[in-house]
Amino acid sequence: MTQNDTRNVDGDDEQRTDGSETAVSEPTTGSDATSDSLLDASLDVEGGTVPADADTVIEARDLDVFYDDVQALEGVDIEIPENGVTALIGPSGCGKSTFLRSINRMNDLIDAARVDGDLRFEGKNVYDDDVDPVALRRKIGMVFQTPNPFPKSIYDNVAFGLEVQDKADDVDETVHRALERAALLEEVEDQLDSSGLDLSGGQQQRLCIARAIAPDPDVLLMDEPASALDPIATSKIEDLIEDLAEEYTVVIVTHNMQQAARISDKTAVFLTGGELVEFDDTDKIFENPEHERVEDYITGKFG
Amino acid sequence: MSDTPIEADLTRSANGRIAKERLYHGLLFCCAALTVFVTVGIVATLAIDALEFFGRVDPYAFFTGTEWVLRSENPILGILPLLSATLVVTVVSALVAIPIGTAAAVYLSEYASDRMRSVLKPALEILAGIPTVVYGFFALVYLTPWLQQIGLGVSLFNLLSASIMVGIMIIPMVSSISEDAMSAVPDSLRQAGYGLGATKFEVSTKIVIPASISGIFSSYILALSRAIGETMIVVVAGGSRARMFDPSQPFANLLNSGQTMTAAMVQAVTTDLSGGTAGYYSMFAIGLTLFAITFSMNLLSNRIAARYREEYQ
Repeated sequence: MTQNDTRNVDGDDEQRTDGSETAVSEPTTGSDATSDSLLDASLDVEGGTVPADADTVIEARDLDVFYDDVQALEGVDIEIPENGVTALIGPSGCGKSTFLRSINRMNDLIDAARVDGDLRFEGKNVYDDDVDPVALRRKIGMVFQTPNPFPKSIYDNVAFGLEVQDKADDVDETVHRALERAALLEEVEDQLDSSGLDLSGGQQQRLCIARAIAPDPDVLLMDEPASALDPIATSKIEDLIEDLAEEYTVVIVTHNMQQAARISDKTAVFLTGGELVEFDDTDKIFENPEHERVEDYITGKFG
Repeated sequence: MSDTPIEADLTRSANGRIAKERLYHGLLFCCAALTVFVTVGIVATLAIDALEFFGRVDPYAFFTGTEWVLRSENPILGILPLLSATLVVTVVSALVAIPIGTAAAVYLSEYASDRMRSVLKPALEILAGIPTVVYGFFALVYLTPWLQQIGLGVSLFNLLSASIMVGIMIIPMVSSISEDAMSAVPDSLRQAGYGLGATKFEVSTKIVIPASISGIFSSYILALSRAIGETMIVVVAGGSRARMFDPSQPFANLLNSGQTMTAAMVQAVTTDLSGGTAGYYSMFAIGLTLFAITFSMNLLSNRIAARYREEYQ
């Protein structure tokens, strides 16, 4: 396992180096990636997911979240860079999902939830009074733990976000591209009119990913997207996530440390009490963490 | 119970239990069967007496007759005026109950806070518990004068007032069954919608309602069956003059009195009709027609529920 981790970490290192070079030779790549993402879907540029000087997309400062009197997050500070995969790991109840849901204000749907502190998305505090959570969520896609396709056709599932966001130009083409981007098009091309619920669990989750990326958000939040899937479907989803990270900022919550090590560039470790204990490059976290508690957690001494 | 026990101890005690179990089984069966027997009995009686009626009155004349005069030496018994009045009441009450009931269900299921829901739901149930004669009285004493005040020119007894009141009466049925269906839609679908940047209204109308459409349709059909069979409101507020629907003046039909099938049956019961006359037997023919309509609507409701049933996961 250690060997496995090391190999992955090496891979990440190479990618990062490539990324910096790309950023230097073609300084526009990073900023253009999101706007052209679907158009460039077929032009997969290898590596280069997190340039060293990547812009910060999501930044939390002293973020607290409470459910009634229970504190779920305590003083979280984090800067999540543009593109690449940032994994949030930690034991159950450590607040990692709470943090994920506070990014796109899904916690608003829970009456008891209360947020203190700053959470900036592209520079704007999303908890400012003048922020419309609907507008925020249109820039941030989300994929949930259990596949939750709508009881509609495959096509309508993917077109839903386009419809509510008034992105009605070329719906057909966008739906096809999103399905292709989610590595699902080949399997469902002939049955776009049949229900999304007829698909297998892994296909349903890829459908949900296609649905989330169809409106072309800037960020993709994933809440344990593979935890309900079998190993084969999981590995497909993981490949897909690494692929998507070339054009989207992916923030993924996972229970599975190997998964975090395999697919993420940066890892944030939350520990009990809702505290973000360490946030660093994934290889650093898994090879040589600063904190003993993180090391204990990584090596399986608790959690 | 003449089983000869092979292993005395075990079987004897078991026998007592078996006998008791059989008794319970039998009692429970009788109660369940009673309702079936009563239903079958009623339908059979209706059918037999209706057959008697059709021995005296030509079925074709009955189902196509556009005039209904019961109290007369020679009654004229054509069901169409009654049928058309019933349809008018059903359609108008549906126009009242379906939009309001559905909107109330969406509010209760998607918008209302827990506290608001805990106040509104019992209130709706109270609305459902009011005796219909009270609704009828309310229509006659308050709604009709108010309709006159706003210049609608309704007569003292009129179908409009009765229909609106029937519509109000069936709102709780639409809203409570629809709300149950909407609440059954898993939260994960709502979250998916919000996550895609949908507003609450879009989540309600584009996700929750389509996902619960079979339950919503069922509520409509059950409520309409109820409207078709509603009696007291139309008797009290709608009057007792059978009038054929005049398609050239659709609104005039509403402003005037009219007699529905149920109201005609009440009249037949309360009028001193001698047994054995065609007028007397007409009750059964109307009753059977009414039963056929509501029965087929219930079948339709089941069909729709089965056809559009969505599995969410």
